Amino acid sequence: MSTMEISNLTKEKLKKMFLDGKRFDSRDLLEFRNIKVTYDVSNKAEGSARVKLGKTEVIAGVKMQVGEPYPDSLDKGNLMVSGDLLPLASPRFESGPPGFEAIELPRLIDRAIRAAELIDLKKLVIKEGEKVWTVIIDLYPINDDGNLIDAASIAALAALRKSFLPELDKDGRIDYDKKMTKKLPLEEDTLPLSLSFFKLGDSLILDPTREEEEACDTRITFGISEWKGQHMLNSCQKKGESPLTKEDIGKVMDIIPEKFDELSKKLKNYI
Amino acid sequence: MTTQTKRPDGRKPDELRKIIAKVGVIPNADGSALFAFGKTLAIAAVYGPRQLHPQHMQNPSAGILRCNYDLLSFSVAERKKPGPNRRSSEISKAIQWALEPALYLDSFPNQVVDVQVYILQADAGTRTAAINASSMALAHAGIPMKDLVCSLAVGKIDKTIIADLTKEEEDFKEGEGATDFAMAKLANHNQFTLMQMDGKISPAQVKEALELTEGLTKEIFEAQKKALKDLIEEQGDEK
Repeated sequence: MSTMEISNLTKEKLKKMFLDGKRFDSRDLLEFRNIKVTYDVSNKAEGSARVKLGKTEVIAGVKMQVGEPYPDSLDKGNLMVSGDLLPLASPRFESGPPGFEAIELPRLIDRAIRAAELIDLKKLVIKEGEKVWTVIIDLYPINDDGNLIDAASIAALAALRKSFLPELDKDGRIDYDKKMTKKLPLEEDTLPLSLSFFKLGDSLILDPTREEEEACDTRITFGISEWKGQHMLNSCQKKGESPLTKEDIGKVMDIIPEKFDELSKKLKNYI
Repeated sequence: MTTQTKRPDGRKPDELRKIIAKVGVIPNADGSALFAFGKTLAIAAVYGPRQLHPQHMQNPSAGILRCNYDLLSFSVAERKKPGPNRRSSEISKAIQWALEPALYLDSFPNQVVDVQVYILQADAGTRTAAINASSMALAHAGIPMKDLVCSLAVGKIDKTIIADLTKEEEDFKEGEGATDFAMAKLANHNQFTLMQMDGKISPAQVKEALELTEGLTKEIFEAQKKALKDLIEEQGDEK
């Protein structure tokens, strides 16, 4: 496990298998691994969740802070998504300043949640123009076996769904001893999720293991939600130096609605 | 047909802002260019191929492309603190991915090509203007390339698909709000090299947006090509 670079031999083998619609773990190309969501990773968090996607595991915690609104949104609370790729989760990760992957992951989750308008930020104003709640979502992979972004999007969503607003004392500071009873205001009907498509040769796959992910040439991630009964894409980012054709993207557009529905149905048992 | 939302500057939905494209704006650089979409203005300098340090980053089978994008502190309404942040790091990487497929990197093993691109004035579409400027600067520097990279943002205000959004349009709040989809494509290949988006857009509309991008990249390509040709003619005159 110490070296993660995959051999050309494995890559060629995978490319051939994908063309036949096969994978090492016998899943279909667009099939997700088993998903398991559990809650209350930390009782100090205002909400937290743990997501297992096969062997990939990501935890998300929500903390609330009292802060000032941004000058361009005085009537709204703030959202911040951050996290770290801890060396705990993979021999690939190293200590030190965040690398590109560690910057990209929270930014993608941030955009998906923000554009889907999952959190009702207008209800997070304590005193208009002066004091608002800041929702901080921190994401930590615990074990990286591929597809961290999709796993993290589920973890973030699950943690938010179980989050509460802390009580304030008479000086306006958070009173951590008081029991939290008010739920974080969320748009209940929307379930923003991320779907990352990976391309190797001419094949598209979903939910790759780390090995498959290493073999793939390109990734394109979409944040998707349902908005007024319609599938809406809320964010997109293509990764990597290999291009995609118009036909590739067309194919992804055709797959998205069905896969999104399938994944949300699975998650409704948990979230 | 969906009802059309009128654009604040009176442009047609599929109309780009005025393009300015020039090469050779930074004498010190091996290649340089300026590109503007309306009020959004980017300048790019290319240095290299040159020796790559630290040496352990060298790749004996192909050269590497390094991109650095940022906003100048006074290019936006609220002063931007100088120096890289998470946004600029992400965009720098996305620009690198957008440009790489156009280059023959294996023609300069062990070496590096550095693209430095800065925004002087921002009115939305800064990464797309930056890509267009960088692509021209790479060509100007004589880096072996198979094509030019053309980039633009297509998007949506409420239900109308539009091209090349301004900041005012990006901030549109009514109905379905604003969607900004930054794309880059190799001018003469069916290869999309940048796709970054946030907002609300349906899968069917993404297909529409791709068609629109395909058509408009031709316009950008012509402007880039003209700038490169003009320079050669100018230099010819001097001699």
